[in-house]
Amino acid sequence: MTQSTAVHGEKISLLRVLGPGHVWALGVGIVLVGEYMGWNFAVGKGGMIAALIACWVAGLLYTCVAMIDSEVTSTVAAAGGQYAQAKHIVGPLMAFNVGLYLVFAYTMLEAANAITLGYLVQTVGTMAGFSDVHDKPFIVLTIIFLAWLNYRGVYATLTVNLVLTAIAFIAILILFAAVKPWSNELLDHKALLNGLPYGWLGVIASLHFGLWYYLGIEGTCQAAEEVRSPARSLPLGTMTGIMTLLIAATMTWYVCSGLMPWEYLGQAVTPLFDAARLTNSMPLMVLLFVGTVFSTLASANGCINDASRAWFSMGRDRYLPIWFGAVHPTNRTPYRSIVFLVPVALVFAYFAPLDQVITFSILSGLLGYTYMSFNVILFRRKWPLGTIKRGYIHPFHPLPAIVLLVLCSVTYFAVFLGYGTQLVAMLVFFMVASLWFHFHRYQYVRRGDQFTMQWPRPQGY
Amino acid sequence: MANSHYEPPKQSTFGQLIDSLFLLVLVLGALFTPLYLKLAGGGKVDLAVADKTTWAGLGQNAVQQAQWEKLGFTPDTAASMITSRFDYSFNVAELAVTAIVIVGYFALLFIFSRSEYREVIEERFGKR
Repeated sequence: MTQSTAVHGEKISLLRVLGPGHVWALGVGIVLVGEYMGWNFAVGKGGMIAALIACWVAGLLYTCVAMIDSEVTSTVAAAGGQYAQAKHIVGPLMAFNVGLYLVFAYTMLEAANAITLGYLVQTVGTMAGFSDVHDKPFIVLTIIFLAWLNYRGVYATLTVNLVLTAIAFIAILILFAAVKPWSNELLDHKALLNGLPYGWLGVIASLHFGLWYYLGIEGTCQAAEEVRSPARSLPLGTMTGIMTLLIAATMTWYVCSGLMPWEYLGQAVTPLFDAARLTNSMPLMVLLFVGTVFSTLASANGCINDASRAWFSMGRDRYLPIWFGAVHPTNRTPYRSIVFLVPVALVFAYFAPLDQVITFSILSGLLGYTYMSFNVILFRRKWPLGTIKRGYIHPFHPLPAIVLLVLCSVTYFAVFLGYGTQLVAMLVFFMVASLWFHFHRYQYVRRGDQFTMQWPRPQGY
Repeated sequence: MANSHYEPPKQSTFGQLIDSLFLLVLVLGALFTPLYLKLAGGGKVDLAVADKTTWAGLGQNAVQQAQWEKLGFTPDTAASMITSRFDYSFNVAELAVTAIVIVGYFALLFIFSRSEYREVIEERFGKR
């Protein structure tokens, strides 16, 4: 199903040009930056061992997300990903909220990427003797340039991501090999590991930033409407993406925890680049500088792609002003949505501290994962196996949904420990936005158009 | 059975602008209010150490000291990072209120969505 929008009286649709490699690059490209920055705040919240436990528990959470998402996305293959799923399975208000989760998770992640890139350029500039280098111009340039790239076209955008992501991933592999993990020549875990400084409460607390290792992998399904074979490409791209990230996350933790005091690692902005600095190897420093720059660019690039498509989909369905639902007549991109979200990303990248921006992104993601656990149960209940054609059927249902809900609940508590105010502020925002939608915006929504799949009537309705 | 059809009103350009601005203000307000009121980031406390001017006083062993120095730190510049700790003490009432807000939010979503979804299904498939 390819949906279209009318521009100048002509039906124009998004192009189906992407393969499984692009899906992998979109997912991993957004997330791989989580190995280059942000994950290490989990060390600050609970210590190094806690961060490793958080890494694996979060890996379990995301495995559940990938399993569930692959089934639903390969069946509801439309732009907007989870947003389109919510429209068909739960209802318009949930879809509106899911759309907002996606937009905020990705726009905040985009802002975090720009902050990191600016900081890195400033650090390297200072090391090179340019002490007057400021990070702000680089933050602005990054966001504007990538928005322009997205404005120009999806194929070029994601092909660029494929190259950047591959180089950033190879940089982690080379660093891992270069520190000789089989010897104590450079790494000294015995002297640097510090047990659990906050006890087991710190392990739970660190799960908050543990999500950052993988946050955004579900972005693969945002491209559902532009993938050549969604039923094959989406599960394949998402699952290989999770495996890639599990490997990269473990290697990242091993290298950094063997090189840095935990108090530094827990607050560092660019931990992998710092790890390279501690090896005293100039080639490694250059490589990890390039890797950090590429991973932040690839991530921000993918974030703009995903956030704008979610915003576009909501505009097309009139959940937002229909003006946002336009496709560019020649570039075939959701250009108005891309442009509208630029100032939002700029404001946060310019004024908010990195850990706060990351927390907003994580919270938006967390709300989305909570929804997914309910969503798949409703999906199976409304259309039991055999009643509709599924591209992929995830095993052990409903166990992944239950595990996901339990882990999400624990993560809410983890966020509450230290960042409870943001948690409540975000929820109040979503409540107000929901009331606004239900009592005002919903009047503009065409009811029947919200269900476009060729499925039978859902059971119970 | 004939499908009931709802024809939504056409929204004016001004109305679209107001709706866009409302959401933008709501987003910036919700996300920046905790930062502006300095309520974000939770409580941190300073760990008491023997001596903030020496690595040993800050509880750093020889390997840790060497790595701090490679990163360009002295005991003075590293002290605030080393002694900073999260304060995980919390009030059970605050936790309960937060839990109620989360559950209440999702309850609101599912209840309103259900009534909207019924309208969608009835228009798409007809009334039962």
